[in-house]
Amino acid sequence: MEPLKKHHGIVYPLNRSNVDTDQIIPKQFLKRIERTGFGQFLFYNWRFNDDGSLKENFSLNDPKYNDASILVGGENFGCGSSREHAPWAIQDYGFKVVIAPSFADIFYNNCFKNGILPIQLPNSAVEKLMEKAEAEIYGLSVDLEKQVVYGRELEVNFDIQPYHKEMLLNGWDEIAVTLTHEDKIDQYENNTKGVKTLGIS
Amino acid sequence: MSQPKTIIEKVWDQHVVHEEEGKPNLLYIDLHLIHEVTSPQAFEGLRLSGRKVRRPDLTYATMDHNVPTIHRNVIKDQISKKQMETLKENCEEFGISLADINHPDQGIVHVIGPELGLTQPGKTIVCGDSHTSTHGAFGALAFGIGTSEVEHVLATQSIWQAPPKTLQIHIDGKLGTGVTAKDLILAVIGRFGVRFGTGHVIEYTGEAIRNLSMEERMTICNMSIEAGARAGLISPDETTVEYLRGKRYVPEGEEFDKAAQQWLNLASDPGARYDMELEIHADEIEPQVTWGTNPSHCVPVSAQVPDPLNAESDDEKDSIERALEYMGLEANQTIQSIPIEHVFIGSCTNSRISDLRKAADIVKGGRVHEGIRALVVPGSQSVKQAAEKEGLDKIFIDAGFEWRDAGCSMCLAMNDDIVPPGERCASTSNRNFEGRQGNGARTHLVSPEMAAAAALEGRFVDVRKQMSTV
Repeated sequence: MEPLKKHHGIVYPLNRSNVDTDQIIPKQFLKRIERTGFGQFLFYNWRFNDDGSLKENFSLNDPKYNDASILVGGENFGCGSSREHAPWAIQDYGFKVVIAPSFADIFYNNCFKNGILPIQLPNSAVEKLMEKAEAEIYGLSVDLEKQVVYGRELEVNFDIQPYHKEMLLNGWDEIAVTLTHEDKIDQYENNTKGVKTLGIS
Repeated sequence: MSQPKTIIEKVWDQHVVHEEEGKPNLLYIDLHLIHEVTSPQAFEGLRLSGRKVRRPDLTYATMDHNVPTIHRNVIKDQISKKQMETLKENCEEFGISLADINHPDQGIVHVIGPELGLTQPGKTIVCGDSHTSTHGAFGALAFGIGTSEVEHVLATQSIWQAPPKTLQIHIDGKLGTGVTAKDLILAVIGRFGVRFGTGHVIEYTGEAIRNLSMEERMTICNMSIEAGARAGLISPDETTVEYLRGKRYVPEGEEFDKAAQQWLNLASDPGARYDMELEIHADEIEPQVTWGTNPSHCVPVSAQVPDPLNAESDDEKDSIERALEYMGLEANQTIQSIPIEHVFIGSCTNSRISDLRKAADIVKGGRVHEGIRALVVPGSQSVKQAAEKEGLDKIFIDAGFEWRDAGCSMCLAMNDDIVPPGERCASTSNRNFEGRQGNGARTHLVSPEMAAAAALEGRFVDVRKQMSTV
């Protein structure tokens, strides 16, 4: 995984609450067996008409956001299905950072596995970001080390669990990290109190 | 005596492999369920890094999301076919048991786990599917994970998780006749919303929960994710023990009695404290129907579609307006005036034998309303078989329903079971999101009884009135 330390990019505001992963990537695109190439299907039913042409009234189709790499959403972003295709699509489309007042748990976790930084900010800060990014092409800087986002007339600190922060800063392979504790897993399994076998052959 | 603990804490503590300041816990996983859609990239990841599956014997796979529910051996969709073949190859390569499309145990992963007795109290269970919370009905800690985590569990049989907050939803009183577990969980989400559970594991308690069968408890726990919760569970009791007795992967004889005692000991201790506590009264709940595009958009069948003008915030007003537009409904329209074109009885929420029995009771002797396409999709091939043994298939077919093979089907419409754009479906599934049952499809979530009644009437009706005339 690519480390993510600092990022500067243009903000795309998606002013909706409860954006579910069915909207982020509809089910007809979950049949692929690869991890790549999902960006073209991001927000598919919101972005495209049935004939494949762009829906003019959907904000992401505004050329102003062509180079956006920071997605700002509403409450409970990423709710619903656990499909990791959602962060895969977001990342493949070109977003590196997702900001929202709150995230659904599974989506939030999935972001870190893919080098996307999800940032939870207070409602007031998110609203301000939305306003600015709707009015103009708004650039924002993100410094993960210092846990701060800043742009014109805005600077906000954010919280993140140290473990998640380290993962992204170092671009760690989580399985490799876990395998440094393999002796503990062995030990747990050897302790008969802990392990249940299924009896599946 | 030591401090009283919730079942959530007990199961958690038993599974911590490693803990370290500033890190989530490394948690051992007892059962890993796999399906065709969220696993191929995980297996590919293992291959690329030369890793193996640590415990194939704690891993079980089936095909459910993509499978056709009719003409099973002619899979027209080549990409779906490839995904199913890939699962088969992966299971062979890594030595994992698979109930494939032709296997008698095949079914929706959350239906077959309990039915085979793989799901047991006190286990940690994960699957690359958010409705894994279903297994919590047994007092297991069961949650959905992403594909990277699927790979992680395959390689290490463990997962990094921050300890959850605990949330008690206490439901006292009794559900009225014709009011089901589905109505109960919809009413909870309708009252408290789609995000109150975020970061929490829910324990459902109270008289109304104790009176539910295991299959009804599964319906409740299934929809915990729609409240935003990481998982939802119910402390084991005699109902749990009796359900599991004799199941294939459950111990027998004395071993069973020993296991049963351990299971019962997992129940939350009297006086255990939760981080949050909510209460709802079962007696006040009516049959529910969703009108909008998330499961909290629901009202009693006797009510009207809400008016955005009565919204409490701009955000809510916006959400109602957007939902009404998508759903093609007018503010203040009565629920019972909404005509439907499709009925879907199935999904991991409501496709078990008791669901089919209850729907068949309503359907018996009736006729599906003209112009309605109605599907019954049993949750597993063994549910299908059991239903056929009782003659339920005949009741449905005689009334004009289609009787299908097991799979996720129209709940998420990854196979050919799709609701066309602009058309309306009374569905026993769990999500009424935009486009869930097909691009532009309009979903109304209901219980199996309410879906059956709607199929006969061509619109939503209060199933309780139908029952009293029987």
